[in-house]
Amino acid sequence: MKLCRTTVVFFALVALLAACERRSGSSQASTTGDVLVGMYGSLTGDGASFGQSSVEGAQLAVEEINNAGGVLGGRKIRLLVEDDQSRPEEASNAVTKLITQDRVVAVLGEVASRRTLAAAPVSQKYQVPMITPASTNERVTQVGDYVFRVCFIDPFQGEVLAKFAYNDLKARRVAVLKDIQQDYSVGLTDSIQKTFTTLGGQVLDPVSYSSGDADFRAILTQVRAQKPDAIFATGYYPEAAIIVRQARELGMMMPILGGDGWVGDALKNGREALKNTFISNHYSGENPDPVVQNFRKAYRARFNREPDSIAALGYDAAKVLADSITRAGTTDGPKVRDAIASADVAGVTGRLRMNASRDVVKPAVIEELQFADGDVKYVYKTTINPN
Amino acid sequence: MDTFLQQFINGLSLGAIYALIALGYTMVYGVLRLINFAHGDVYMLGAFAGYYLANAMNMDANPSVLGAVVVTTGAMAICAIVGIVIERFAYRPVRHHSRLTSLITAIGVSLLLEYGGQVVFGATPRFFPQMIRSQVYSVGGIQITNQSLMIIVVAVILMFGLEFIVHRTKMGKAMRAVSFNLPVARLMGINTDLVIAFTFALGSALAAVAGVLVALSIPRIDPLMGLMTGLKAFVAAVLGGIGNIPGAMLGGMLIGLMETWISATAYSTYRDAMAFAVLILILLFRPAGILGTSVTEKV
Repeated sequence: MKLCRTTVVFFALVALLAACERRSGSSQASTTGDVLVGMYGSLTGDGASFGQSSVEGAQLAVEEINNAGGVLGGRKIRLLVEDDQSRPEEASNAVTKLITQDRVVAVLGEVASRRTLAAAPVSQKYQVPMITPASTNERVTQVGDYVFRVCFIDPFQGEVLAKFAYNDLKARRVAVLKDIQQDYSVGLTDSIQKTFTTLGGQVLDPVSYSSGDADFRAILTQVRAQKPDAIFATGYYPEAAIIVRQARELGMMMPILGGDGWVGDALKNGREALKNTFISNHYSGENPDPVVQNFRKAYRARFNREPDSIAALGYDAAKVLADSITRAGTTDGPKVRDAIASADVAGVTGRLRMNASRDVVKPAVIEELQFADGDVKYVYKTTINPN
Repeated sequence: MDTFLQQFINGLSLGAIYALIALGYTMVYGVLRLINFAHGDVYMLGAFAGYYLANAMNMDANPSVLGAVVVTTGAMAICAIVGIVIERFAYRPVRHHSRLTSLITAIGVSLLLEYGGQVVFGATPRFFPQMIRSQVYSVGGIQITNQSLMIIVVAVILMFGLEFIVHRTKMGKAMRAVSFNLPVARLMGINTDLVIAFTFALGSALAAVAGVLVALSIPRIDPLMGLMTGLKAFVAAVLGGIGNIPGAMLGGMLIGLMETWISATAYSTYRDAMAFAVLILILLFRPAGILGTSVTEKV
C-alpha cells in the first residue's frame, strides 16, 4: 500500500514536471548571454559525410560571425550539435532535446529529407524556426511555416537532370534506380520521369532498392538487358559508389547520372568507375565569384580539406539565420521566423531569398565526376537556371 | 539468354558468400547441436580485422596477391581466437544446461558483438581497400570479376578441405565422436573441451575468410553487416541440411540464385523476405533439409 502511494506521488510529480516543461517550451526569449543555435545531423552512420560537412560549414559561418562581433549588440552565437546517427527517429529526438532542454532559439539541419521530415514537426510544434541546408524533397517545407530551406527543390533538380540527359547527352531511353526508403530518391525519381517523358524520351520502369543494399548486380543485369542510353541513380552516395562500380563491372559503360545526394566522402570508392558520371549540384568550387573563393579559402584553412556543396549549404544556412536574428532584433521564435521569411542574403550557393513556400529559387550546376589521386574531382559543365 | 546466364553467375557469386558462412554454422551445429547465432558477427569481425590489417599494410596503394593472403591469414587467426574465447566464456559455462539456454546465450553474444562493434568501430560504414585490383573477364556477353570468381573457387576448396578434416583426420574422427555422444566420447579418453574449442576456431576462421573475400568484392562493411547475411546463411545451412557440409554449399548457392532471380523481377525489394519464406517452407515440409537425413529421436 505504501509502495502504491509512493508510485502515485512519483507519477504526479512527473506529470507536474512535464506540464512545466510544456509551458516554458516556447522559449522565453533571453536577452543576455550567448545566443544558442541547435544543429542536428548525421555525424555517424550511413550519412556521416552529410552530417560532418554541413556541421563544419555552419561552424565556419558561426566563427566568422562571432569574430565580426556576433549578433544583437555583441552577443556570440553558440552552436549546439546533436548526432542523429543517420536515423529518422533519432533526428526527431535530437530536435526535441535541443528545443526543450537546451532552449535553442533556432535549429539548423538535416541534410537527408527523410530525417528532416521526421524532425520538422517538432520545430513547428514549439514554434522554433528550422532551416535545413540541403533537404531538397518538396514536402519538407510543407510541414509548416517555421520550416525553411536554403537549397533548390527536387522537382527543379529532376528537371535539370532530365534536360541535361536529353539535350546534352542525347539520351532517349533511360533507366532509373531508386532507393524506396528515402523520400529524396522517390521524389527525385518522379520528377525525372515526368520531365524526361515530356521532352519525348522513354523512361523504363524504375528499379527499386533499399538503403544499405550492397549487391546491385542482379538489378543492373536486368537494366542492361533493356539497353538504356543512360541511367539515373537517384539515391545517396554510399549506394551510388557501389552502383557505378558494379555497373561498369557488368560492362555497362553508358553515362550514369545522380542528384546532389551523391556528394559525400564515400563516393570516392566508386574509383575509376566514376568516369562518365554526372550530377546536379548546388554550387561549383570553380565559380570565380569572390564569395565562393573566399569561402573555399577559409574552409580549407579551418578544416584542411576542400569543401563540398553540403558544407557550402551548411555555411549559407547559418549565415541566413544570423542575418535574420540581427534584423529581428530579438531571439523570439515568431519574430525570427518572420525575419527569415524576408531574408535576402548573397550566399556561397547563390542569392538566398525565400519564396512564399519558404524555399529558395536558384540555379543548379551540372558537374562531371572524375577520379584522380584517390579522390573525386567535380568538374563544372554547365549552369541551368530556373524558368 | 545473355541475361539469364549473367544472372546465373550473379547468383552463384552471391550464393558462394552464403555458402562460406553456412559452412561455419553447419560445423558447429554438427558437433554441438548448437546454432551459433554469433557466427554472422564473427564474419563481421573478420571483415573489420581484414580492414585494419590491410590499412596498416597500406594495401590500397600497393595491391598485391601476397599481401591479400597475409591479410586473410591474419584475419583468420584473430577470428579463431575470438571463436575460442566466445566458446570458453559464453558457451562452455552453459553447456550442461538445456539447449535453449545455449541458444539464448548465442543470441546474447550476437547482440554484444553487433552493438559492441558499433561502439568500437563506429556505426559509419567503411569501404574496404582494394587489395586486389578488380578485373573483369568477359565471355560472350557474360561478365565476371576476378573477385567473384575467387569467392566461388575458395568456397568450393574450403568445402572439400572441411570434408577432408572431418572424415580423414584424427581430429575429425574425434569431432564426429563428440557429435555422436559427448559423455561417451569423454569416457573413451577424448579431450572433448579441446575438440569443441577446435571446432569453434575452425568455424570462426572460415567466417573470417568469408568476411575478407566478401569485402573485396562488395567493399562496404559496417558492424551490422553480419546480421542479415548471417541469418540468410543460417537459412542456407538449414535448406541444405544443417550439420551436412556439402548441404551448406548447396543451400548457399540455392539461396543466392533465388535472391538474384527475385531481384531481377519487379519485386526486387522483397528479396530479403524470400530467404525467410524458404526457411518456413523447408521447416514445414522437409525439416532435415535437402541433403540431411532425418533422425528419429528415441523418447
